[in-house]
Amino acid sequence: MIRFESVTKRYPDGTIAVNSLELTAPSRQITVLVGPSGCGKTTSLRMINRMIDATSGRIWLDDKDTSKIRPAKLRRGIGYVIQHAGLFPHRTIIDNIATVPLLLGTDRRTARARAMELMERVGLQPDLADRYPAQLSGGQQQRVGVARALAADPPVMLMDEPFSAVDPVVRAQLQEEFLRLQGELGKTIVFVTHDIDEAIKLGDQVAVMRVGGTLAQLATPAELLSRPADAFVAGFVGRDRGYRALGFAHADALPVAQEEVARLGDNLTTARDRASDGWALVVDAERHPQGWLAVRGLADNALHGQVTPDLLNLGGTLAAESGTLREVLDAALSSPSGRGVVVHDDGTFAGTITASQVLALIEAQAAGDRQQAETYAAEVLAGDAHGAPGGAP
Amino acid sequence: MSELWQYFRDNQSDIAQWTWTTVWLAGGSLVAGLIVALPLGWVASRYKWSYPPFVTLAGLIYTIPSLVLFVTMPGLLGTKVLDPVNILVALTAYTVALLVRVVADGLASVSNDTLAAAAAMGYTGRQRLFAVQFPISIPVIGAGLRVAAVSNVSLISVASLVGVQQLGALFVRGSQGVTLVPIVLGVIIIMLLAFAFDAVILLGIRLMTPWQRAVRAR
Repeated sequence: MIRFESVTKRYPDGTIAVNSLELTAPSRQITVLVGPSGCGKTTSLRMINRMIDATSGRIWLDDKDTSKIRPAKLRRGIGYVIQHAGLFPHRTIIDNIATVPLLLGTDRRTARARAMELMERVGLQPDLADRYPAQLSGGQQQRVGVARALAADPPVMLMDEPFSAVDPVVRAQLQEEFLRLQGELGKTIVFVTHDIDEAIKLGDQVAVMRVGGTLAQLATPAELLSRPADAFVAGFVGRDRGYRALGFAHADALPVAQEEVARLGDNLTTARDRASDGWALVVDAERHPQGWLAVRGLADNALHGQVTPDLLNLGGTLAAESGTLREVLDAALSSPSGRGVVVHDDGTFAGTITASQVLALIEAQAAGDRQQAETYAAEVLAGDAHGAPGGAP
Repeated sequence: MSELWQYFRDNQSDIAQWTWTTVWLAGGSLVAGLIVALPLGWVASRYKWSYPPFVTLAGLIYTIPSLVLFVTMPGLLGTKVLDPVNILVALTAYTVALLVRVVADGLASVSNDTLAAAAAMGYTGRQRLFAVQFPISIPVIGAGLRVAAVSNVSLISVASLVGVQQLGALFVRGSQGVTLVPIVLGVIIIMLLAFAFDAVILLGIRLMTPWQRAVRAR
């Protein structure tokens, strides 16, 4: 756990970068600091490992006051992933990764063996070990940066816009892998970004900061979207937040409809007979959905041959049964047949659902939320009437 | 050509002696200059306010004609007029003047991301300097060293005018005699020597910076 206790950073010229910050980053969770440039998010991050010293206030690492620990020692126990990776250009990839273990006195052989393990863990080919950073792509360099931060297995990781310098496709890929890795490792992570979408995707909790270095709101991503604390947060969270909030809503049970499916290799006439409303869903031998086949208005004589992959319309996305309402709605909206395909968690076909059914679900959930919100508002008002502060949700 | 060869054969032992003096004066001043310039350059890069005065002072030293420096050295150092140490110290001063700026710029050329990463990994200031900053600035410092080496080798010949015997003696002989042969021979040997110094330094740089070739191959 990392705890900021009334931390302020004031520069000699009087600029206040961070102002009385109170914040707790819980153990084994990802806390994202997000805000426009000049909001003090990177300064806050760098105060944790004392690359910048606070002017006043304390930062606690579990029960230790960080100002009492020698900076170099403190930093060797905290992983740090920097923007643009910041690799050492004069060292090979494996030596870059082994940096901290070697600083801690681990022998070379052990440090390198550990580095090789980490390369595999972050998805780098072992044959890159003896290359130099300049020979790697931006995405690969960023993976090396993550591996280097993990090398000494620190309980805490600080990440300063680690994915902002790579193209969107690679970024999405790195984000997914980062979440997978965190699922395995359970580090206490503080992650800085200026990208609210990244914050919402990655954070267990998100701290929105505003210029002047104050905390505007600390909340879970879902709460941030559904209940921004003020106009600044609402503006920063941006448009489409109603739709994006669906990304955090799950249905207890999706009312999926069963339907007859055709298999790859079936006769086209069989497929037509199983179609409803002109579209037949085609699955493979393991019942994994492959795509939709349009059969409306086809006469018998046009239907000779079998169902092959090149005949299929691949426009529809798939939603997992345990997925979010956003995925389910997207599956329905993108499906050429108008029926969204829902799959079991093993990828086999579970059933279909229409957009209006999903909307009905959303409406029902929203009604529940509204009731909750009204109760909450009533409590706040009642609390105010008694002169108490309007308690945190 | 045969005259050159003849002259070389006739004065072989003198020329060997002079070449050796030139080599150790140039090499010695280069090493000494680098040793002095490294900390000075580090100061100039570490404390930004000190950079302009350091660089200006270095520039001023470099503009002092070598003859003046050679002549004034005995007075400054209390050495004998013919002592080669005078030349060594003077050339060291030129080397320092040339390298201070190069070292400062080399150290400053290390990217801020790399420096921040090194600090964040837990390098102490000194470890960071020796394990990260200096190695990364080798190509820049090395380039300056090559210039200084060639410049030293050619500057040394002026020392003949203050009586220190080295390859420059060939020029003195040539200017006194009726034939240009010693001068041509002197130029050839000095050029070969400069090439040799350059090659040795270049080889050293290449051995110490395998990562540079990796960058270029990309």
